[in-house]
Amino acid sequence: MEFKVPTMAEMMAAGEEPEILFWVGCAGSYDERAQKITRDICKILHHVGLKYAVLGTEESCTGDPAKRAGNEFLFQMQAMANIEVLNAYNIKKIVTGCPHCFNTIKNEYPGLGGSYEVIHHTQLIQDLINEGKLKAEGGESFKGKKITYHDPCYLGRANGVYEAPRKALEVLDADLVEMKRCKANGLCCGAGGAQMFKEPEKGKKDVNIERIEEALSTEPQFIAAGCPFCMTMLNDGVKLKDKDQEVKVLDIAEITARANGL
Amino acid sequence: MVSQIIFVILALAGTALFAYNARKVIRNIKLGRAVNRTDKPQERLFTMLKVAFGQTKMAVRPVPFFLHLIVYLGFVIINLEVLEIVIDGVFGTHRVFAGLGGFYNFLIGSFEFLAAGVWLACAIFLIRRNVVKIKRFSGVEMKNWPKSDANYILITEILLMTAFLTMNAADVKLQALGAAHYIEAGSFPVSTWLVNLLPSNVDSLIFIERFCWWFHIVGIFAFLNYLPYSKHFHIMLAFPNTYFSNLKPKGQFTNMDSVTNEVKAMLDPSFVPADVAPGRFGAKDVQDLSRVNLLNAYTCTECGRCTSVCPANITGKLLSPRKIMMDTRDRMEEVGKNIDKYGVEHQDGKSLLDDYITREEIWACTSCNACVEACPVNIDPLEIIVELRRYAVMEESVAPASINAMLGNVENNGAPWKYSPADRFNWTQES
Repeated sequence: MEFKVPTMAEMMAAGEEPEILFWVGCAGSYDERAQKITRDICKILHHVGLKYAVLGTEESCTGDPAKRAGNEFLFQMQAMANIEVLNAYNIKKIVTGCPHCFNTIKNEYPGLGGSYEVIHHTQLIQDLINEGKLKAEGGESFKGKKITYHDPCYLGRANGVYEAPRKALEVLDADLVEMKRCKANGLCCGAGGAQMFKEPEKGKKDVNIERIEEALSTEPQFIAAGCPFCMTMLNDGVKLKDKDQEVKVLDIAEITARANGL
Repeated sequence: MVSQIIFVILALAGTALFAYNARKVIRNIKLGRAVNRTDKPQERLFTMLKVAFGQTKMAVRPVPFFLHLIVYLGFVIINLEVLEIVIDGVFGTHRVFAGLGGFYNFLIGSFEFLAAGVWLACAIFLIRRNVVKIKRFSGVEMKNWPKSDANYILITEILLMTAFLTMNAADVKLQALGAAHYIEAGSFPVSTWLVNLLPSNVDSLIFIERFCWWFHIVGIFAFLNYLPYSKHFHIMLAFPNTYFSNLKPKGQFTNMDSVTNEVKAMLDPSFVPADVAPGRFGAKDVQDLSRVNLLNAYTCTECGRCTSVCPANITGKLLSPRKIMMDTRDRMEEVGKNIDKYGVEHQDGKSLLDDYITREEIWACTSCNACVEACPVNIDPLEIIVELRRYAVMEESVAPASINAMLGNVENNGAPWKYSPADRFNWTQES
């Protein structure tokens, strides 16, 4: 990367505090495709000059997949260890790159002693657009391009965030098309509830195929996502349908970074 | 006089039997764990008024919303007429509210339109279920009793409305013939059309009028007592069910206090745990579920909106959120019957998990909350699925191998995949 991503440890050593902590998440840290999204979120933060930091190697799984799979012990062990780190750094505000981390830290950490203002990166992008700090200029033009947005369950239904990602797309002056099942009626990509880590039960087809068929029926040039797990599922779907040349699956952060030439 | 006594006996017996069965239902619900859902009473009341009384979540599907609205309004408003029927029945009067004059005519007129609407809506519902065979009404869990139950309810409502309108038609004719006791009262915009179908003989007319009057009111008492055995119980339970529904974000799962204690003690040996009743982690049977879960099960009217939006079900998996609710109710009623027969301590060696709901079903869930969102009365099948998973994972350590591998990775590497924590910050290097 062209700039250095600051860590909390470095900030603390320099006697500084960030305005916001960027919680990267496991997918954003390790998954090659999601790493690109992580870097683009950093580019956006860097571009607007927001004082941010990441935990780096001090970050650990929020415990979300353990909790959805029914292992409350493991979840709480992870949560308490993370809360200890976050509280030690006196963290007030967190932006996550993943709706699952977002949901877990925002809703399930307060009961275990970790209360923070938590936003998803699409909400940060919306805020930056509203404040006039972020536009869609200096980069790739999405004007008139057909984009359909897939609502991640843990951002949409689980937490009622439907407008922020759409707002981030609206500034592109693109041709936004909604799938029939969108917003509160959005169809899951198939990865939630720890499904990401296991083979599906037997059935007629995979959930991501059902979803990608619906997305492709809108004849988009881009499918916008806001979750690294959805990204994997949708990408696999597009490849299986042999459409990966015509249709690109991009995260809202990637689209924003591209539109701003970052 | 004899008919008055018979009426009073029937009314008392009908109400007493219902109270007896309702108490059993309450006892069964109380088999579950207590859960605090009495906070924020204003917000709860508002939710109930909006979702149950205002039917807001029904509006997503306009056709059934409109038809159901007619039946719902019919049920609520025609019950005003039942009040008159009960008073007439007890005191041997006839159309005791006739003194209201023009307003009475307006009331009876509106009841007639509603009754015709209910009749028609129920007929369309029967066609949707049995002729058009809308997909939502099928499925493995919708065979036998649940299928008949739905038809019985619709046929009963059609019969009740037919009796109500025929009774009015006979009354109109008797009024026109100037029969004694049949005072001129009411306005009969719908039943007027039925008058010509009836005989002109006063005695036959009185017989028809009385027969329909008795059929209608006895039918209502019988229907009341059918509710506790039927999915139709939702007409009552939708109200408490929405009142006690979850007000928190749908993505927020409960943090288990019993686990918090153990984890804190593990991390800090000097920690003195708060007083939490020891119990099973998660749910194997209905007693391990919360009372709200069990109330949900009694409230479910098996409409299948949940199942029709479930990503697992849509793609042919075994999981059906509606079946989760129906299984929970069936098992709860089985446990209740065991208590009646053999006492509270009796164990029948069966459980909700495995004997009713299979592992394959609970592991097919994506926890996407589509079922919760779709339910018109705020039932939460996801919470039951998660509780069953908790039991499988924490009490039995039984989960799909890939899930166990993922859990092992989280525990050892702090990530669901097998990567080293030391490599967690390598993403800054573009590959």
